[in-house]
This record gives sequence, structure tokens and C-alpha cells, in this order.
Amino acid sequence: MSLPLTPAKDARRGDVALGERLFVVGGKSLLLVLLLLAVVMPLLAIFWKGFSGEAGQGGGLLAARELFASENFHWLLGNSLSVALTVTAIVVPLAYLFAYALQRTLIPAKGLWRGISLLPLLAPSMLPAIALVYLFGNQGLLRSLLSENIYGFWGIVLGEAIYTFPHALMILLSALSLADARLFDAASSMGAGPWRAFRSITWPATRQAVFAAFCLVFTLTITDFGVPVVVGGDYQVLALEAYKAVVGQQQFGRGALIGMVLLLPALLSFGVDAWLRRRQGEAMSGRAQVFEPKPSRCRDACFLAIVLLVCAALLVVIGMAVYSSLVTFWPYNLTLSFKHYLFDDTAGGGWLAYRNSVTMALCTALIGSIVIFTGAYLMEKTQGQRLLNQALRLLSFIPMAVPGLVLGLGYVFFFNLSGNPLHVFYGGMALLVLCTIAHYLTTAQMTAATALRQLDGEFEAAALSLKAPLYKHFVRVTVPICLPALLDIIRYLFVSAMTTVSAAIFLYSPDTILAAVAVLNMDDAGNVGGAAAMSTLILLTSAAASLLLAGASRGLLRRSQAWRQRAPGH
Amino acid sequence: MNHATPGAQMKVRGIHKRFGAFTALNNVSLDIAAGELVCLLGPSGCGKTTLLRCIAGLERQDRGALYIGERDISELPPQARDYGILFQSYALFPNLTVEANIAYGLTGSSRDESRQRVAQMLELVGLSGSEKKYPGQLSGGQQQRVALARALAPSPSLLLLDEPMSALDARVREHLCTELRQLQRQLGITTLMVTHNQDEAMLMADRIAVMNNGQVEQYATPQEIYDQPATPFVAEFVGQGNWLPFQRSSESHAQVGAMSMRLATGAGTARSGRLFCRPEAITVNPVVHEENLFPAKVREITFLGNRCRMSFELKALPGHALLAELAPEAMPRLGSQDIWVALPPQSLQVFA
Repeated sequence: MSLPLTPAKDARRGDVALGERLFVVGGKSLLLVLLLLAVVMPLLAIFWKGFSGEAGQGGGLLAARELFASENFHWLLGNSLSVALTVTAIVVPLAYLFAYALQRTLIPAKGLWRGISLLPLLAPSMLPAIALVYLFGNQGLLRSLLSENIYGFWGIVLGEAIYTFPHALMILLSALSLADARLFDAASSMGAGPWRAFRSITWPATRQAVFAAFCLVFTLTITDFGVPVVVGGDYQVLALEAYKAVVGQQQFGRGALIGMVLLLPALLSFGVDAWLRRRQGEAMSGRAQVFEPKPSRCRDACFLAIVLLVCAALLVVIGMAVYSSLVTFWPYNLTLSFKHYLFDDTAGGGWLAYRNSVTMALCTALIGSIVIFTGAYLMEKTQGQRLLNQALRLLSFIPMAVPGLVLGLGYVFFFNLSGNPLHVFYGGMALLVLCTIAHYLTTAQMTAATALRQLDGEFEAAALSLKAPLYKHFVRVTVPICLPALLDIIRYLFVSAMTTVSAAIFLYSPDTILAAVAVLNMDDAGNVGGAAAMSTLILLTSAAASLLLAGASRGLLRRSQAWRQRAPGH
Repeated sequence: MNHATPGAQMKVRGIHKRFGAFTALNNVSLDIAAGELVCLLGPSGCGKTTLLRCIAGLERQDRGALYIGERDISELPPQARDYGILFQSYALFPNLTVEANIAYGLTGSSRDESRQRVAQMLELVGLSGSEKKYPGQLSGGQQQRVALARALAPSPSLLLLDEPMSALDARVREHLCTELRQLQRQLGITTLMVTHNQDEAMLMADRIAVMNNGQVEQYATPQEIYDQPATPFVAEFVGQGNWLPFQRSSESHAQVGAMSMRLATGAGTARSGRLFCRPEAITVNPVVHEENLFPAKVREITFLGNRCRMSFELKALPGHALLAELAPEAMPRLGSQDIWVALPPQSLQVFA
């Protein structure tokens, strides 16, 4: 046997090295510039705006002292805090019970309950609020059940509870999905009952996630203005005040100051969360055995009751929104029609807004997933440029700690700056896409990193030893293996872009108005039916995209079954 | 069979590598002759994997130089170094067929050439006909062979093996060791293998470099390593052994407790220290008189199938457990708890 191959190595070596550097260093540099432009600069702009005392903008140290000492600010702050605390007190325990039911009991139809409970994610935060208006408003369906009308504290709390419930649920679901059966066997062999086992095994393993859920719900609630705008009535909160200061009164400095206040709880909880995470360390050992709940009639019945109650509430609210969008003229003419879907009789953008939203969501999902996944790959799998890697890792965590409202304010200040050459993008689609990608970057990037870390760490080394350029390896091996995670990122970005309103509200122009913004505007103009119709459209579009991508993912898994199965004996 | 890829010689010159405060490699030098198989043997953390990764270009050494043949590869990126590597996990790409995996490194050759080459490589590792299978459909041993075929397909001048057997069952391990060794001889490719398993190293290597704390303690043939360990660490790490504290009483004798033991000529000049002796060198109840014969007491005998391991203590050195290995048929000769053992002078090594 002879080995006749004499590869033409030397001629191509130069090109490979160049292409390689371009891919690795170029890709990382690009990501760094993106993060600086889309995250760091806007944040700095907020501080700059907040502390500079330009005339008539309500900024500067003097204005800050005045604002923070004012009666009105204390009232707003108190309102915001009591709403946020009440919502967390309701949502986190409920979400914990719900997640526990789905992960640790034997109730039937878990997939169905899971699907229903995640529905609010597919719609903007205004949708539950609009439904509440139709249910408990002055002319609401169930108005007679309440002594007072819904506008105010309890309206906001209920709306926010529905809006934040799936967010908390997702954190707790993943925390409760990990359990080592051996620990429970050991506990019961030592005579511990279920309550003791919960206290000594389940609770310590999940309390950090409870804290994380607590922080997330608190931050989401305190920075959201979609719900207060619709059902707040005279009960004002800080987020709304920031929105009004910037959009209504052009008081940029005042908006920046409130934005900074709203950044505080997020930053604080983010820091504490990161610290706790480092202290907790690895929770599950590699040899853990999967926990299988044992049947228990009483326990399952109790949890099923809770799950049914929560799902019923969610379905009533979402169903009400859909129903009200079809009612011709509430409450006088209850015949069903598509009149509200014509959007022709009102301001707000109508179908243009919807088309814009779909375009924006598609661009965000496609560009965002490519940029984020490639960036995560370069950060995880290349060793050079240690400093750059660290900078990227640090920067890509910031968006998680920055509420959309604050990010949006930052964009207004930074891209609106006279003399900034990037000002041309202001009000354009490109900036909306950039802002949305930046806003949702951390979660998507973490999904990508998790998927990438599951790959054999030696893949890249093997490819390099075979003289294959890294970008080719990335396209031929990494992307196909990680395609399910990539589809997951696409879905997340699409749905988030469809439903987001917090940052986009500051950045649109009449040409680039978005569906979620249109919901807000229509509701503001008194066209609640139109707002309900647009919310329903967003919900349906998100749901369709999710189903489509889930189907694609399933088909993909089936097609690649030949190589996704594990080797015998492994 | 005649092969056209004689491996190149490999030179490692004064490699230093630190990770923060930890010195992974401290002035490591090594010469590997063309076509030789060298094992880096040592406990975890001794630096053997770091050295392999430096040679592969996956880590960059702080100081020192690396040569394949006459070519200085110290600063080259991995793609330009011309080696094949077999990882512990094999790192086969799961979404590519066996054929595509092996052809992965064959860029720049036509489709026919590459297909021919793949068939050739599969024949070489005895897996002809598996072209269209995916790695996940193969057993661990088969996966290892595919990974080897992939590493060898571009005809590299150096083959690196990173703990190649540790993912396999003990039963197939020895068989694959022998096979891999045969293949390496047949191709004549210069090979460097990292392992922490001394049996593997003994079975496969032309020469073994025993490493500890980032340094090469001894670099010699397996037999030299076993029979004449250069340092106490090598003696301890490879095989079993007995240690006896001593004081030199004369040129030819050492005092161990109340016993005077004769040493072989040229057994070192240390005034005091430890004597080292392999368990199988000890004779129990010799039929004829031997030198260094001492009374002893049996503590325990463990039956190991083809041999027995006896734990005993010398009466003049109570409480100091020693090991001897003997054939099972020697067992009845033991008779009682009280025995005589001989420690032949030529098997006693002196360490300061």
C-alpha cells in the first residue's frame, strides 16, 4: 500500500491564516463595536444627560436634588415599589407551585398547562391590561363582582402579575427540572417525610432561582409602563413618568434621572444574583440519577387544582382580549365582526404598524441569531485574545441588567445627540433592530453558550490539526449540531421583537411605527377595540412563528436522528 | 508492506510553561527519533498533557523551541505544524459520516483522490465498508479507529495520542494497544503518546519519559525505567516496591535496623537514605543459602490468580510492612508464620 497524497500545503497556508484571523479577530472586534455602540454608549448617555444641566430639560444635579426631594417623586416611588412588591409576592409563590406541579408531580396533560401558562409571553404587556378593562372596567363583563372599578393599584397588580408570570415560571421550571433521585432515596431511608425532604433538598437547590425570579419580576414590573398606561387610571408610577417626561414633555434630563433610578434595582439584583451564583457552585454532579416523582393522589389533586385555577385565569384574560377584539361595539352591540381589524378609522398606524413589526421581528431574529451565535462561538471556542474575550463576556451581560425602558432612553439620548454621525439612523428600522437585539442579547447569548459548552471541547483542536480553517468548521460542524438551539434563539428573538414596547416606544417614526406601539397609541386614543385587535394579531403571529419553529426543530431532529443518537455503551 | 511516510524526528528544547502561579512545564527537553513511539507517563498534573498541547500548538509555551525534522514550529499556528492527533474523546464530528470525518483534513485534493484515500485508511484500520455510518453508530473501539484514520489521512509527519485508551473498557484496551502499536510500526510514523497508565506505556513505548512536577524525571526504555529507576519518584510510580531506611556502614554494606545488608558493587555512594527493592526480587525460604537472608514474619497473603502477594515484616524491623511476590506453587513451602527472606544484593538500589 502506498500513500500517494502530497497535499499542496504550503501554497495555501498564508490564505488560511489570513482568513482565520479575519474570522476570529474580525468577528470579535465587530461584536465589541456593536456592544459599545448599542449598549455602553447609550447607557453612558443616560448618565451624561441626567447630570448635565441643559436648560429646560430637567437634568443636572440641582434638578436631581429637587426631583428626589419632591413630594410627587416620593408618591411615584412609593406607588412603584408597592406595586412591584405586591406583584412579586403574588407571582413568585404561585409560579413556584406551578413549576413544582409540572416538574415534581404526576398531574396529567403537563404539556398543555405549560403551553397555556407561557401564552402571555407571546403578547405585549398591554394585552392582559386591556382584557382587564373589558372584564372589570366601568362597562366590564364582571364589573358587578368588584366594589370598586379596576383602574388603579389592583388593576396594575393584576395586569403585571399575568404579564410577569411566565417569566418567573421559566426560571423556576428550569431550576426544578434538576433533581438527583439519590438524595431523595437517602432522605427517605433516613425517615424524612416529604416536607422535610423538600426543606432539606429541594428548597436549598432552588432558593437561588426563587431569588432570581423575585428580582426579574420586580424589575419587569417597576420598569413596565404598558400596563399602567392602560389600567393605571390616576395611580401613577415611575416608569410612566419617565415615558411621559421624554415623549410628552421633551424633558430629557428628567427622563434620564428617573431612568437611572429604575436602573438601580436591576443592577442591584443582578449583582447579588451573580454573587449568589458564584457561591452556590455546581449543583448537580454528573452521576446524578434523574428524579421520578412517585404517585400520590392527594398531592397530585392539590397541585392539579392550583394549575387549573391559574390556567383558567390566564385563559379567561387572554380569551377576553381576543373576544373583545371581535365584538362590534362593546357593550352595546355584541355581534362578532372583524371591524376592529380594519384599523382604518383610527390613528395609530394600523396595518403599516403590523407589517413593520413583522419586518422588524424577522430582521432581529435573523441578524440577531447569526451575530449572537457566532459571537458566542468565538467567545467560547477560541483561546487567543484573552482580554478581548473577557471584555466581550462582561459587556454581553450588561443588557440583562438594563430594563428596556432605560435602554430606550439611552438610545434617544445617544443617537439624538447633535453631532453624532449615527444620528441618521434615528427613527429608522435599523436602529429599532439594533436596539431590540441589544435588549435581548444576554438571554440569547446564554442559550447559545450553553449549547456550545455541550460540544466536545476538542472539536476545534481536531479541526485545526486537520488544517481546516475555523470558519469552515463552524459552518460544517458547529452550526448543524447546534441548530435546535439556534432555532430556539430565533424564536426567542422573533417573539420578543414582536411584543416589545419598552424601548421601541422612544425610537419609532411615523414610517416605522410598530404594532405594539400602535396598541398603546390606540388605547390612548380611546380605541380599546382596535388595541385589543392589534394585541391579538401580535399574539397570533408570535404563536404561529413559535409553532412553525417548533415544527421545524422537530422535523430537523427526526432527520438527523441517525447521528444524534448516542453510541452503544456510552 | 512498504510505506512512504517515514516520520520525522521531533525535538523539544527547554520548554517552560506557567499558568498563573503554577509551573506546568519546567525546562523540558526531549528528543524523539524518527519512527519512534515515545510515551509521556506521569500522574495527573505532572505536565504531560500540557507538553502535548504545546507541541500541537493548542497552548503557547512561554520559552523554549520545538522542531519537527529541521523545521522550527515553535511559533506556528496549529494548522501549519503538520501533525495528526487522537484525542481522549476522539472528537469525531457527530454530524458527519465516517467518510466525511476522515476526508475532513483532505482539502486540496480532488474528490476521487479523497475517496480513494478514505477507503485506503479504512482498510488500514480494518473498518472497510463503514463509510456511510455515523460515529454514533460505532462502538468505542471502532470510533477510536476512525479517529486514528482521520488523524493519519493527511499523512502527517508526527502523530500525537492524548490518553487514547482511557475511554475504553479494560478488556478491549490491551487488544487495541497492541493493534495501535503494530499500525504505528507498520507506518513508521513518529508518535508521542500521553498516558497515566504504566501498563499502556510499557506495552507500547520504545521509550518512556516519566514526568513529575513539570519535569522529565527519567527518559529511557521501559526495561531501564523498571529495573533502574533514576529517582525515587520513578521507582514509586512505575510498579511496586519496598523501601528500607539505611545507614552506610562500609563501602559494600548498609545497616538496616539491626541487619547488615551487602550491596552490589557500584550501588551508589550515599551515606544514608533508602534502599529500594522490587517485590518479585525477594526470595522466600530459599532452598539453597543466599546472601542477605533474614528471619521474617508473614502478615497476610493475597491470592492474585497467576501469583501471590505476601505482606511481611522483618523481625529486625518490626512494624515496617514489606511486599514480596511469589508463584502460587511456592505457597505450601511457607509452612508457618515464620519464614526466611533473601534480598539479593544486585536487586537493592540505593537512593539518598
